[in-house]
Amino acid sequence: MKKTIKSVRSIATPDAKLAMAHMYVAFAALFIGATCGLLQTLERSGKFTIPGGFNYYQILTVHGVMLGLVLTTFFILGFMLAAQSKTAGSYSKGELRLAWTGFWMMTVGVVVTSYFILINKATVLYTFYAPMMAHPGFYIGLVLVIVGSWLIGFTVFKRHSRWRKENPGKKTPLLSYMAVITLVMWQIATLGVAASVLIQFLPMSLGITETIDVLVSRTLFWYFGHPLVYFWLLPAYMAWYAIIPKIIGGKIFSDTLARLSFVLLLLFSIPVGFHHQLTEPGIDPFWKYIQVILTMLVVIPSLMTAFSLFATFEARGRELGGKGLFGWVKKMPWKDVRFLAPFIGMVLFIPGGAGGIINASNQMNQVVHNTIWVTGHFHLTAATTVILTFFGIAYWLIPSLTGRKLTASLNRWGIIQTIVWTVGMLIMSGAMHWQGLLGGPRRSAYSEYAGNADTMAWGPYQMAQAVGGTILFIGMVIMIVIFIRLAFFAPKGEEEFPVATLSHDAGETPKVFENWKLWIGITLLLILFAYTIPFIDIIQNAPPGSPGFKLY
Amino acid sequence: MTQAPMEEHEKDVEKEEENEFKGTFIAVMLLGLFLIASWVGVWILFLIR
Amino acid sequence: MNMHKYEKIWLWFGTVTLLVFLTVVGISAFYMGNQPPSCAVTIDPAKAAKEAPFNEPGLKQIGDNEYQLTVLASAFHYDVGEPDGIVEIPKGATVHISATTSDVIHGFELAGTNVNMMLEPGYISTYTNTFKNEGTFTLLCNEYCGTGHQTMAATIKVVD
Repeated sequence: MKKTIKSVRSIATPDAKLAMAHMYVAFAALFIGATCGLLQTLERSGKFTIPGGFNYYQILTVHGVMLGLVLTTFFILGFMLAAQSKTAGSYSKGELRLAWTGFWMMTVGVVVTSYFILINKATVLYTFYAPMMAHPGFYIGLVLVIVGSWLIGFTVFKRHSRWRKENPGKKTPLLSYMAVITLVMWQIATLGVAASVLIQFLPMSLGITETIDVLVSRTLFWYFGHPLVYFWLLPAYMAWYAIIPKIIGGKIFSDTLARLSFVLLLLFSIPVGFHHQLTEPGIDPFWKYIQVILTMLVVIPSLMTAFSLFATFEARGRELGGKGLFGWVKKMPWKDVRFLAPFIGMVLFIPGGAGGIINASNQMNQVVHNTIWVTGHFHLTAATTVILTFFGIAYWLIPSLTGRKLTASLNRWGIIQTIVWTVGMLIMSGAMHWQGLLGGPRRSAYSEYAGNADTMAWGPYQMAQAVGGTILFIGMVIMIVIFIRLAFFAPKGEEEFPVATLSHDAGETPKVFENWKLWIGITLLLILFAYTIPFIDIIQNAPPGSPGFKLY
Repeated sequence: MTQAPMEEHEKDVEKEEENEFKGTFIAVMLLGLFLIASWVGVWILFLIR
Repeated sequence: MNMHKYEKIWLWFGTVTLLVFLTVVGISAFYMGNQPPSCAVTIDPAKAAKEAPFNEPGLKQIGDNEYQLTVLASAFHYDVGEPDGIVEIPKGATVHISATTSDVIHGFELAGTNVNMMLEPGYISTYTNTFKNEGTFTLLCNEYCGTGHQTMAATIKVVD
């Protein structure tokens, strides 16, 4: 008798389809963005011209927008929707409608913005600093992406609130809680960039206003720009805290400490934007230093996270018989790509985070500002820690959403992908860090500048970046193939959506964590503290505004 | 005078709980040393330039 | 909330380390004059090239081993007051650098030194550097400013 294999999704089909929609856009963005990255490293070897008549900075704009904004945002929102559906329960028809509206707004926005970048009307890089101007379409597209993401945020808030009403007095599911924290942070942060785009950039690109206050626009951008990177990081932390323990067969180390770390990340991720503006004129160095202090505070929840994770591994490893100081290391499931990829992401967060602390250290920033060290830094943190964790999630999430299985063969390919990515990144990011210390700039096409010896010394590092970039491109192609197989061709079945549980002797989680008014209140107070005086100062002492420039 | 059996057992349990995370402790301390070493390295670069 | 003894020690160690970092940079910045470049003086970017001091960029000696270097940046050029774009500075000299841009944001990075600041239209950027080390240093733009961004460069030669 023939046995029919049932295709079983881990969450309700309408929710799964919503989450998968996000994944399709995310992986399409990965393909386009990473291809651009390859072209960039090849151009900077000095031996390659970008085909198709595209200039370096256009490709760089696509690279940043596709990978830093589209891949991240879409993967994150899809992952959160799935995780909330799994742990808090399915979405209502109204919630789904809201989320789908958000998805389509974002997708249309991406297409619009991308179009204008590709026809060279928006070669302004993903940070679009004034007074460089883009076609209004570029900004309109971005607004659609941001507002669309808000709608998805509202969906997540609504579902969380509904769970609390339906389960009065009970502790909320950890993944739902963490999703809400992340999206509250996103909501508050995006207000800054939305204000700047709507009030400053869009009117000017439409010809309604003649000049723009450059420093105000930068300050609003970086008010958003720092929490942006925590918007990328927190979903990775979600997987580390609440999913990885299940994959290794262990337990959550501490639900309370996990929630505490997220609250601290909410509080301290936003009032720190000045550490991206340390070498700018017009900002009082006293307030730069205040925001540097706040930046150091935001390191603390990550230190907590490091302890929690090692402790989770050690507890499980000892349970499996690991002896001595590090015997538990051997007991980890190294051949399971769902563990391996995120684990490598964790390890590379050590140099990544170290670099971040260096970057934020006030006048020390002058050693590295706008050098390619910074690029090396975020290729460790965003492009390795976060992305390898996301890939690690994809191996089980995609099949669990499509009713397929992660086969042994795809797991093996995943391990190959992970190693290829890691090797490529170590070479490329390593070379970037070193070249940066030697003064090599970021965001720059190949050049010999004034022909001095210091510039000639950078050549070999750019070669190394081309080698690393090529290896990474191969790694990307492998991942895209894996994704397509998991989405469409892998054998039907049921893939687990791993959700970790607490050990039975864990204590009570204080109810104060769910006091949203309190945490949002403190977040806003900290922002007002860190920004009010310097921002008023910037506006009151503003020079004449700048007209727009199109130098591309 | 030796301790009562109950107190000795408690001390053993405490020691065991401590050892349970000794590897974690060493690992994070190494992490901390890396943070310090890299920071000092770049600070020295700042000072000599 | 129950925190394991080792975690408490770790967090204390980490927090104290961060405090030490803050203290070191704080003392260096506020008491030893190493603030990050934060000049508050404003200027009309449209008039910068025509008015003092940026109408006459270049190196001027203002004291014993003390100089003023005025630079006007624009897309895609640093006007350092020398036709070949090379400025010579004696080793050990203290140079007060003053720069601005007449159009978009440019970087002002002297590779291999701590001179690294943003030039933003409407603002003068200043930094005082003592050139302790001999050598040939490339001044370059490290903030995207258009298609010619990678062509913006000048040279500072520190000579004995």
